[in-house]
Amino acid sequence: MAADTGETPADGFGRVSRTKDVVFRLLALAATLIGIVSLAALLLNVAVDAVGWLDWQFLTNPPHPNPYEAGFLPALVGSIAIMLMIALVTFPLGVGAAVYLEEYANDGYLTRFIQLNIANLAGVPSVVYGLLGLGLFVGLFNIGYGNVLAAAFTIALLILPIVIISAQEAIRAVPDSQRQASYGMGATKWQTIRNVVLPRAMPGIMTGTILALGRAIGETAPLIMIAAPTTVFGLPNSFFSKVSAMPLQIYNWASYPQTEFQYGVVAAGVVTLLVVLLTINSIAIVIRNRYQQRT
Amino acid sequence: MTNEQMTSSETEPTDDQTAPTPGTDGLADTADSGGETTFDRTLLEARDLSVYYGEERALADVDIEIPEKQVTAVIGPSGCGKSTFLRCINRMNDLVDSARVEGELCFDGKNVYDDDVDPVALRRKIGMVFQSPNPFPKSIRDNVAYGLKVQGKQENVDEKVHTALERAALLDEVEDQLDSSGLDLSGGQQQRLCIARAIAPDPDVILMDEPASALDPVATSKIEDLIEDLAEEYTVVIVTHNMQQAARISDKTAVFLTGGELVEFDDTDKIFENPEHDRVEDYITGKFG
Repeated sequence: MAADTGETPADGFGRVSRTKDVVFRLLALAATLIGIVSLAALLLNVAVDAVGWLDWQFLTNPPHPNPYEAGFLPALVGSIAIMLMIALVTFPLGVGAAVYLEEYANDGYLTRFIQLNIANLAGVPSVVYGLLGLGLFVGLFNIGYGNVLAAAFTIALLILPIVIISAQEAIRAVPDSQRQASYGMGATKWQTIRNVVLPRAMPGIMTGTILALGRAIGETAPLIMIAAPTTVFGLPNSFFSKVSAMPLQIYNWASYPQTEFQYGVVAAGVVTLLVVLLTINSIAIVIRNRYQQRT
Repeated sequence: MTNEQMTSSETEPTDDQTAPTPGTDGLADTADSGGETTFDRTLLEARDLSVYYGEERALADVDIEIPEKQVTAVIGPSGCGKSTFLRCINRMNDLVDSARVEGELCFDGKNVYDDDVDPVALRRKIGMVFQSPNPFPKSIRDNVAYGLKVQGKQENVDEKVHTALERAALLDEVEDQLDSSGLDLSGGQQQRLCIARAIAPDPDVILMDEPASALDPVATSKIEDLIEDLAEEYTVVIVTHNMQQAARISDKTAVFLTGGELVEFDDTDKIFENPEHDRVEDYITGKFG
């Protein structure tokens, strides 16, 4: 530092321009902030609107034409009932398909064709699944319009590709040395899958399934397509009860003329939906962390 | 019983067969009971055994007779097919889609590649220990009991687990923590756990694929001691790239060189002191490979 005369090598290497460094850094920061800030603004806006509306009465009442008495309970329970059914349907189907594709299927053209199509199906718009559900479950199987089963099956189809793909990734992540150890002990394929592969892949499979359920809970279009009622006043009490769901009820409220609905009640519904969604995602994270520490 | 030394058919047979030298260490150990193991009976025998991965030939017309209840070391440079040979014995190569096996490999006189041989049943008679320790993320007890569980041997599981851990020289270190995870052990302990797992169902043969290559010298020497002890009860075939290790622990040594060719198979002392083939001598003295 003392030899600041510009002749010694100590500072005689010259300077390299950092302009692009700085500019790019600022651009990247801006890109990050645009996403985060708009999300925060949305959440804040909704949360502020929901103040005074989101209370115990809102959570426990059925819908009502008077915004001060309107409640969310049937939609909340309907959503949870649909989610449980979806989980029951997609978990065995998704894990079964993933186990088949990863452990049994030969790497032939048929497997690759199926694989490619599962990836494609994961990107099909949800309204198309709604049409499929309408034709298949409501029309062909005659399950009935807009009930718990039809809604659950339709949305289950929608998230099945996501569940399969995430389960496949979890199974693929099981080290081959573990399978070798099992086969080397004289285990059959089933014993190896049952005792070694699935236990080790299960946290990943659970996480993937729960995150897929998080996507399912926000789905509205398929429910509209299978003619689920936007507003239901009673709780579902059978698989064939007409059922509404949180996003559908919110969508319905938003079309009401009164501003109390458009702002207060809708905001309360949105906050409830987000809380349920975040709860689901937190469960996934807890499961993942707990099992990661053990293995 | 004869003590034929087979060599690869492509090289000239070494006809001056070394009869079992009375002083061979491995034999003296097992001879105390005066039983049938005094002379080495052939347990595993390969005839014209070749393996292909797709078009590539990994093992070329191997002929070998591996004696019962001794340690047979398989050495050779990387890619010489020694692991492939080991995996032929318990048909682990079946799990590789592109692998194709020709010729015969007889276990106790029965060709294991016959149509009526179930590879799963075969593997229940042959334990395997892999290069890097691969215990399951289960308790120590469940790890050792795994073979018993999948093979339906559900009687006296605790007793068998104890015996296996004792034989694997691990019992003293883990006796009071059988319910903790096998992954909490050190690398050397994990490998001994894997050995315990392999011997718990009481197989006839134990295959070891470079079992000490991922371990430090202390852990390695424990494993080596253990292998010599195991040969009292089991036929041990061990692949190693460590020639000193082969010289220390084995009774017989098979030398594979490039192209999957078994160049020489003989008593370990003979291989290391006076090999028949110049290529083997070059390899052993480090001029090649």
